Amino acid sequence: MPDTREVARTQPPLLYPPYKSTVLRAPSRPLIRIPPQFADLAAPVFGHLPIGDLDNDLTRQHAGEPLGERIVVAGRVQDEDGRAVPNTLVELWQCNAAGRYLHAVDDHPAPLDPNFSGAGRTMTDSEGRYRFVTIKPGAYPWRNHPNAWRPAHIHFSLFGTSFQSRLVTQMYFPNDPLFPHDPIFNSIPDEPARRRLISQFDLELTEPEWALGYCFDIVLRGRHSTPFEERA
Amino acid sequence: MSAADSRVATSSQTVGPFFHFGLADNDALGCMAAPDAPGDHIELRVQVLDGEGAPVPDALIELYQADADGRYAQADADTPGRFTGFGRLPTGPDGQCAFTTIKPGAVRSAAGNQAAHVNVCLLSRGLLRQIYTRIYFDGDPDLASDPLLALVPDDRRDTLLARPAPGEAGVWSFVIRLQGDGETVFFDL
Repeated sequence: MPDTREVARTQPPLLYPPYKSTVLRAPSRPLIRIPPQFADLAAPVFGHLPIGDLDNDLTRQHAGEPLGERIVVAGRVQDEDGRAVPNTLVELWQCNAAGRYLHAVDDHPAPLDPNFSGAGRTMTDSEGRYRFVTIKPGAYPWRNHPNAWRPAHIHFSLFGTSFQSRLVTQMYFPNDPLFPHDPIFNSIPDEPARRRLISQFDLELTEPEWALGYCFDIVLRGRHSTPFEERA
Repeated sequence: MSAADSRVATSSQTVGPFFHFGLADNDALGCMAAPDAPGDHIELRVQVLDGEGAPVPDALIELYQADADGRYAQADADTPGRFTGFGRLPTGPDGQCAFTTIKPGAVRSAAGNQAAHVNVCLLSRGLLRQIYTRIYFDGDPDLASDPLLALVPDDRRDTLLARPAPGEAGVWSFVIRLQGDGETVFFDL
């Protein structure tokens, strides 16, 4: 199990002023550590979240095919002890190839794609593996600072086996020139931890004459692992 | 080193402002207990305010609670869907969302009997990782002996209390102040 100091460097702080939205939203008082005997809660039950056959293929949710570069995104979900996390819900959402989200608040003047919604969900298999087919998302501007652009990314949401293993993160793509300029990516102090959010091109996952493959493995906190930050 | 070789939990990143079509397109997740579930049926309103007291209109609230007997739903329950104990809703322009549920029972645990409470996981733009808090119910006689509240400084305990909405029977309101005066107590799990 990693020590607390390592964990603190691999998770972003709550207050990170270069990402402006943290300034009025980050709690300012120290978090109160809940001892494990209070927090030993299994993950919620999701019987009321049925998953459809095409929910893991974002290119087949409409009458036609979406525009953009078709890709496979797959990986393995495991816990901090290296054990597979089977049968856990993986949800993802993203903008389209032009960098536009199917969202009322997104006013980026890039086209929506009538054949792409950008949301998917699946369950991991018995070995903790998941696989999605989608379109490579575009970069897009935001108003955090002058000429601010987000690197292309796919949002991920997972529950794992316990209430504290909840993870919401973003997967990036190799060699994105926007990395040095993105405060959300750079909010993570530890450089190797940042690098682990970058998917890896994978020829094994690549389907001949059809789609490039990207591997994104995910590690979830265990049930009794260390807290986010060391407390005084 | 790839993540496959790592024993360190993957870093969190903000849910951002555009999660609705991915995580919050299912209104049914506002209903945590069916009408025939045993217990005291309530509406639980949760409002999120920022450091200036302004409503946070793009937060995602996840609630997780025990049933009226203080038990958490099990995957193999023989009455699936009747009581899920899990809810997920986005806040609206007023920073608020409303769940229909039942009042949980006191929870027996290794740490002793805990007063009735609802676990909260909060995500939003401007939060680089989720934060956790708990909703207790004002006036509950078990509050005085709750072992977790005992870890919270006296003058901050009331930030964890839902209160009955004036003039609306069966409605409870809980306000989450992210920062500043009356800042809600948040927990590290």
